[in-house]
Amino acid sequence: MRKLLLCTALIVVLAAFLYVSINPADFGYSTGDHLVFGHPRYVDMDDYFIHNGQNQTGANNIVTSIVFDYRGFDTLGEASVLFTAVLAVGMVLRALRRDAK
Amino acid sequence: MMSKIVRTQANFLYPLIMIFGFYIVAHGHLTPGGGFQGGAVIATGVALIAVAYSYKNVKTWIKKTRLTATEAIGLLTFIITALLGISRSFFYNWLANTGLLFGQPVPYGINPGYLNTAGTLPIMNFAVGIEVLGGLGVIIMYYLHYIKEVSKNAV
Amino acid sequence: MLFNLVYITVAIVIIIGFYAALFKRNLIKIVIGISLIESGVNLFLVSLGYREGGIAPIYTNAPSTYMVLPTPQALTLTSIVIGVATTAMLLSFCVVIYRYYGTLDARKVRRLKE
Repeated sequence: MRKLLLCTALIVVLAAFLYVSINPADFGYSTGDHLVFGHPRYVDMDDYFIHNGQNQTGANNIVTSIVFDYRGFDTLGEASVLFTAVLAVGMVLRALRRDAK
Repeated sequence: MMSKIVRTQANFLYPLIMIFGFYIVAHGHLTPGGGFQGGAVIATGVALIAVAYSYKNVKTWIKKTRLTATEAIGLLTFIITALLGISRSFFYNWLANTGLLFGQPVPYGINPGYLNTAGTLPIMNFAVGIEVLGGLGVIIMYYLHYIKEVSKNAV
Repeated sequence: MLFNLVYITVAIVIIIGFYAALFKRNLIKIVIGISLIESGVNLFLVSLGYREGGIAPIYTNAPSTYMVLPTPQALTLTSIVIGVATTAMLLSFCVVIYRYYGTLDARKVRRLKE
C-alpha cells in the first residue's frame, strides 16, 4: 500500500517535470516569455557585470569578480557554513569516542 | 599500508597535485578556477597520502590541530580583507587600480592576462583556498581517526 | 525538443534521486539520493544561464566577447560547496547511527519508539 502510494507520487512528479520541460511555453507565461534553453529573458544585470567588471574590479574572470566582490556576502555565509560543518563533524565524531569509554 | 607500487605512485603524484592546486588558487582571477576548486584539489592530495600510507603513519605527519588552525586563519584573513575597505563599504575592492600590490590597471577587453591585477581578489582567493584545504582535510582526518571506534578491523 | 534535452536530463536526475531517497532502506543509499537531487538542481541552475553561442565569462585569450550569464555560475559554486558540507554532516550521522544500532537499515533504527 505504502509502496503503491509512493510510486504514484513519483510518477506524478516525473510527469509534471517532463511536461514542463518538453513544452515550456505553457509554463504559466502568457506574454511570450518562454523558458527556452539558450535564450534567457532577463540579462540586464549580467550584461552590466560583463561590461563593467573588468574596470571596477580588475579581474579577467567575471565569475571570480562576482563571487568575491559584487556578491561577497554570499561567499561569507558560505565560508561560515563550511566552517560550522567542520566543527559539527568534529563534535559528533568526538562524542562517539567519549561514549565508548 | 598499501603495496610498494601504490606508495611509489603516491610519492610521484603528491607534489604534482600540490603544484596544480596552488596554480589553480593563484590564477583564480585569470583562468577558470578559484579558491574553492584549488582547495578541493589540494585536499585530494591529503586523501591520496592517507590512503597510500595507513592512517597510523600519516597522523604523525599531518596534524589535525594544524589543519584546523589553517582553516581558521583562512576565514579570518577573508573577513579582515573584506573589513579593511569599510570606509566605502564592506567588501569594497580597496586595492584595485591603485598601482600597489595587485593594483595594476587591467586593459579593457580581451588580453593575455596579467597576474598583478584584480586588487583584493587574489588575496581572498588564497584565503578561501587555505580555508577549504583545512576544512576538507580535517574532515578526512576525522573520519579516518574515528572509524576504528566503529569497525574492529580498520586500517 | 532537442533544445530542452537539458531540462529533461534534470528531471530524470532529480527523479532518480527521489527514488533512491524514498525506496531504499540503506542510509548510505539515501545520502547518495540526496546528493543526486543536489546535482540535478545545480545542473538546472547552470543551464538557466546559458546563452546560445556564448563562451565562458573569462576575458583571458577569449575568442569573442559574447558570454554566458556569470551570476548563475557564481551561485552554483556557492551551492556546490554547501552541498559538500551537508554531505559530510549526513555521513557523520551515518557513522554515529552505525555505532549505536549496529546496522544501517532505516527500518531497524527505531529503538526510540519502543
